[in-house]
Amino acid sequence: MNFLSLFVLLPLLMILALFVARNRKQILGIMVAGSTLLVILAAFLAFHYIAARNSGNTDPMLFTASLSWFKPLNIQYAVGVDGVSVVMLCLSSLIVFTGTFVSWKMVPLTKEFFLWYCLLSTGVFGFFISLDLFTLFLFYETALIPMYLLIGVWGSGRKEYSAMKLTLMLMGSSMILLVGILGIYFRSGATSMHISELAQRTMPVEQQYFFFTLTFFGFGVLGALFPFHTWSPDGHASAPTAVSMLHAGVLMKLGGYGSFRVAISLMPEAAEKLSPIFLILTAIGVVYGAFAAIRQTDLKYINAYSSVSHCNLVLFAILMLTQTALTGAVLQMLSHGMITALFFALIGMIYGRTHTRLITEMGGLMKIMPFLGVSFVIAGLSNIGVPGLSGFVAEMTIFVGAFENNDLLRRILTIATITSIVVGAVYILRTIGKFLQGPLQDPEHLKLDDARWHERLAIIMLIAGILYLGSFPTGVADIISDSFGSMLQVAK
Amino acid sequence: MSYFDHFMTMRSEVSLLAVILFLLLFDIIAGKKGEKYFQPVAILLFVAHTLLNLVPAAAGESFGGMYQYHPVMTIIKTMLNVATLIIFLQSKHLFDGNEMKNQRGEYYFLTLCTLLGMYLMISSGHFLLFFIGLETASIPLATLVAFSKHCKKSAEAGAKFILLSAFSSGILLFGISYLYGTTGSLYFAEVATKLTVNPLQIMAFIFFLSGIFFKVSFVPFHLWTADVYEGAPTNVTSYLSVVSKSSAAFVLMTLLFKLFASYLHEWQTLLFWIIIVTITVGNLFALRQQNTKRFLAFSSISQAGYIALGIISGSALGMATMIYYIFIYLFSNLAAFGVISSIESRTGKTDIPDYKGLYQTNPKLSFVMMLAMFSLAGIAPFAGFMSKFFIFSAAAQQGYYLLVIVAVVNTIISLYYYLRVVKAMFIDQNGQPLPALRTDIWNRASLIICTVAIIFVGLLGFILDMIEKQSFGI
Repeated sequence: MNFLSLFVLLPLLMILALFVARNRKQILGIMVAGSTLLVILAAFLAFHYIAARNSGNTDPMLFTASLSWFKPLNIQYAVGVDGVSVVMLCLSSLIVFTGTFVSWKMVPLTKEFFLWYCLLSTGVFGFFISLDLFTLFLFYETALIPMYLLIGVWGSGRKEYSAMKLTLMLMGSSMILLVGILGIYFRSGATSMHISELAQRTMPVEQQYFFFTLTFFGFGVLGALFPFHTWSPDGHASAPTAVSMLHAGVLMKLGGYGSFRVAISLMPEAAEKLSPIFLILTAIGVVYGAFAAIRQTDLKYINAYSSVSHCNLVLFAILMLTQTALTGAVLQMLSHGMITALFFALIGMIYGRTHTRLITEMGGLMKIMPFLGVSFVIAGLSNIGVPGLSGFVAEMTIFVGAFENNDLLRRILTIATITSIVVGAVYILRTIGKFLQGPLQDPEHLKLDDARWHERLAIIMLIAGILYLGSFPTGVADIISDSFGSMLQVAK
Repeated sequence: MSYFDHFMTMRSEVSLLAVILFLLLFDIIAGKKGEKYFQPVAILLFVAHTLLNLVPAAAGESFGGMYQYHPVMTIIKTMLNVATLIIFLQSKHLFDGNEMKNQRGEYYFLTLCTLLGMYLMISSGHFLLFFIGLETASIPLATLVAFSKHCKKSAEAGAKFILLSAFSSGILLFGISYLYGTTGSLYFAEVATKLTVNPLQIMAFIFFLSGIFFKVSFVPFHLWTADVYEGAPTNVTSYLSVVSKSSAAFVLMTLLFKLFASYLHEWQTLLFWIIIVTITVGNLFALRQQNTKRFLAFSSISQAGYIALGIISGSALGMATMIYYIFIYLFSNLAAFGVISSIESRTGKTDIPDYKGLYQTNPKLSFVMMLAMFSLAGIAPFAGFMSKFFIFSAAAQQGYYLLVIVAVVNTIISLYYYLRVVKAMFIDQNGQPLPALRTDIWNRASLIICTVAIIFVGLLGFILDMIEKQSFGI
């Protein structure tokens, strides 16, 4: 067993340590220590991965290891990474780290909050390192149920309703995914559930249609596939800040990752044939999410619908099935993950001070909280896709890659999704204008304080990530597109 | 084979009989002075019996083929033993109060008698032994259901159970008589070779299965379940829902695989529809329940439907995953019943609305109940997730994708009602939650065993492997 399993072991150890922690200092200490170790581990992994690739290693998956787990079903605990996994692991560790600092003052039941938060992280990290279908699905499911308790207990607004709706819809999609996974294993005549082995066998094409639909649907709902995205706005709005950050920033990316790792790479023929339908749905999702965000007055709902739009763009790019578009999809996952995490963090900080999320009730906050205000502007600009920030890099790559396809439908849909950039500009600039600039709405707000040290740390780390990806994207893009090169080879 | 060898193939039955007789004599002879030692002695003896019968032996038969032994039966009997042991640990409190203080001996004696009946049912190779086992398993159970002498609901439940049980056994016997009439033998091995698809035998087959479906509580033979589970004392309910149901499910599987192998197509079609109806009806009725015991009754009806997914596959993988599923279901259900029994014995409350805000006063009990609900719903990373995944794989392997989709949709529906209990305990606010309870040490031991099992057993790969080595298919 190699060091990749540390990504799963560390959060589990954090859970054990939290069980015996006795006061707030110990709890926060464990969380900070653990999440820092995870960031260091992710950086270590990235470094070694790049070194291995530079020394000429061209295996599709690196650092692989496997243990036989349930022999009757040929299930193994198999781990391994390629470029995309490394990037996603780095994103997850960054969000877990910043989420810890954003939840610095979480009360009541701080210990239980962080316990479920760590279980959620275990699921996320385990998902990205898994190479066996069962193990991947196990970690995918592990990341689901902590959401119910995190939203239901520590959330706000209509938390019970949102939590139940989110859990039922996501469990529903993952149960459909289960049927898809069983179909992939049994119908392709494979002798193990390992993804590399399954990729070498092909299912008969007629059966592929059925199981591709199930599998893509299963992952897609988590990726906010239109029209099954309805769990997302309420879920994100009612969730506590760190949970929204983790969910919108990372969990929704599990859907995108799973759809190409499982659905597309294992059933490529069906993916080609059925992509028009899903492309239409995701394109509608991109435009619909953007327009819906214009109508919102609650900051969290604006960001939630914006996330729906961006996550549909990820699925849209994945379905284009060209190397550039797939690279763009992962860049978008990375970029949007950081942007939306930053957004939710800032919204949570502002809500904690003004106790309102409605932009109609706030105004002129830029002068009162300059740090938070400027960070919000940066986040907004990267959301729109201003060059120099990560949003531009990702969206540009997606649209160029999508346009590579010759056929008319894809080009029309690409043009349709490009319009979402304009709509994005509308709701972002309007929001910023209304509550950061403009006249002061509530004199009580004059007394509010700016960001504290733990909040500044989280914000600065996320902005640094956005700036790095926006200004120096080549390194990251190369790691990603190399992995897709080999994956598309195998699929052909 | 000498008589000694004959009895030695029946090791588990002989040792259980020895325990039963010893307890009977102890209860009669020890009198008032020995009363307080009775329960610890009973539990210790039963642990000894379980440990004696842990290791599977080679397959064999005795008494001319009447008694069959196959190593997989040791696995299932050990599971029943573990479940009964946990229930004994949870029943310690029943006899500490005034209500049932003179009924100790009867409780253990009757429970172990039903267990002996189940052993005989599982290992039978002849219809007569099978029927003796079935009746020995059912009649004392009716007495146990009516055990709370001063509670009207208990008496009503007992009456319903014995009447329906007798009726089902009668129909089952009728089926057996026709099978005997058309094949001329009562030995399973001989009847299996003489089965042809003729209307009289099919009718006998349906009647026979109806009797067993009653015990497993498939729909539409489930109408007794909710009332009997609600009326019986909680520990008897847990015995019914776990031990009685799983032994009947296992018997159903072995009979269908060995005796009715030539009717494969017929019983697969039959089970196909029964699974769809059972899981769905069980789930839909559970949605409306407010009483925890009725709620768990309907939940166990739909769990029986999932168990049947392993049976319908007809393969060795199906048998292995079904046994694994029962193993995990046992711990999840007993954890839930342990919590309910603890709360009921101290406060007398069994409704879900009464559990609101339980986390504020009883965090550990709420945690155990939450684990039990999550495991029953099939939520990762708890054991219930693995057992559901594996049993769905067994059905999918044989191509029953429609059944898996129905099961999966119903899992989502079931998640709603299992989460409702969790919501009541953790999320709902309550001005007057149930007071902080102190569960007695025996019940606490049983809950710790169940909790450890739910969290860790799913992660151990060797258990499924061990079960699968001994399993056989058609």
